[in-house]
Amino acid sequence: MSEVISEAVPETVAFPQDRTCPYHPPTAYAPLRDQGQPLSRVHLYDGREVWMVTGHAEARALLTDQRLSSDRMNPDFPAPSPRFEGLRTEDRKSRTTLLGVDDPEHNVQRRMLIPSFGLKRIAAMRPRIQQIVDRLLDDMEAGGHPAELVSAFALPVPSMVICELLGVPYTDHEFFEDASRRLLRGPTAADSRKALDDLEEYFGELITRKEAEPGDGLLDELIADRLRTGDLSREMLVSMAMILLVAGHETTANMISLGTFTLLQHPEKLAALRADAALMPAAVEELLRYLSIADGMLRVAAEDIEVGGVTIRKGEGVVLSTSLVNRDATAYAAPDELDWDRSARHHIAFGFGIHQCLGQNLARAELEIALHSLFVRFPGLRLAAPAEEIPFKPGDTIQGMVELPVAW
Amino acid sequence: MPTTQHISIDTDRCIGSGQCALTAPKTFTQDDDGFSALLPPDERASEDPLAREAARACPVQAITVAED
Repeated sequence: MSEVISEAVPETVAFPQDRTCPYHPPTAYAPLRDQGQPLSRVHLYDGREVWMVTGHAEARALLTDQRLSSDRMNPDFPAPSPRFEGLRTEDRKSRTTLLGVDDPEHNVQRRMLIPSFGLKRIAAMRPRIQQIVDRLLDDMEAGGHPAELVSAFALPVPSMVICELLGVPYTDHEFFEDASRRLLRGPTAADSRKALDDLEEYFGELITRKEAEPGDGLLDELIADRLRTGDLSREMLVSMAMILLVAGHETTANMISLGTFTLLQHPEKLAALRADAALMPAAVEELLRYLSIADGMLRVAAEDIEVGGVTIRKGEGVVLSTSLVNRDATAYAAPDELDWDRSARHHIAFGFGIHQCLGQNLARAELEIALHSLFVRFPGLRLAAPAEEIPFKPGDTIQGMVELPVAW
Repeated sequence: MPTTQHISIDTDRCIGSGQCALTAPKTFTQDDDGFSALLPPDERASEDPLAREAARACPVQAITVAED
């Protein structure tokens, strides 16, 4: 007697997928948009099925629902790639902070950082951000074209800014930019784990150095006000420093490179922006919505949750598709169009709920200043290679351009 | 009879995203520590249609707007 056992091929769409166009959601997600339901089943690399949230109202409701957990140490927490598993071994429990933990722990940690990212503090940083941007543009101009925008501008702008804010020496940027890239892109689990160890070692040594010779960055404040008082363990301070540094430069760098690429591919939108600089804040908001570079926020249900006509069972994984939620036609008219006049407010590019991006207003300031200054300095800015040949990042990491050759 | 807006902010819940102050700058500001605060009464709009929009923009639902 023989039995034919068919291969267990999941019938659901796989998450994550590579984008086909760097500024549009992956075309492989089209069935999830077309079927018109706010939640769908998708499967992860290991075959596990999880819920994918694509509806705007449902995403906002879920991201403010305390029953949906960010606890990465929960064994049911979904892993989007093998790389992720190496980053949540049991020994990491005491070293997981901020986006990987729930309230009340998260709230205590976050409140230590909020004053440094307030609107007034960020407004006061604008002249310095402008100075950094102008100096990099001077160097770019002096170097002549073609130039590679990611390494000459998109990456150093946020990297220098976050270094100053934290009190991390920018002279170490080659090390931490490389380690951040390995952490976020691997490619293997061992590569990412090694990058995490390297960054922890780096920050451990930096904090020791700062204890002996304090500077005037946020890390120095945290050492004086929180580490010495015992409010914060050394391991937690290292973890927070690492998250702030990585999140502080990788995301904004990708927004600058992909934002520039997108503007160059939409000359009429760029012309409108050039004609009226006052449009810039609205344009940045719309680009945040449209590009959704951090595509896929992960959670696990700590209890049963009824939402959008389905029940998410306790222990089930949930992935919120930033790119599809931000293009939900029930929330945004003609969602696939770039439109400076729409109110892009309420997008979830920075997330929503207690974990919404701490550095969002720093990012807004950097993006406004960087994009405005770039196109003022180089009115004839253009791609120096055919658009379809310019490499962009794979779907399992933060979206953006790998390189961006430009001329002017 | 004009309605009156009663606005309350749960500052324990506030995460300092600044969405309220960005959405309704005639009603909300941030204190020096980056947490949501109402503008002083003499600087604040008595009726701000954007106040409700700000409550909706708040990522942690820390703002309540009631009218009577």
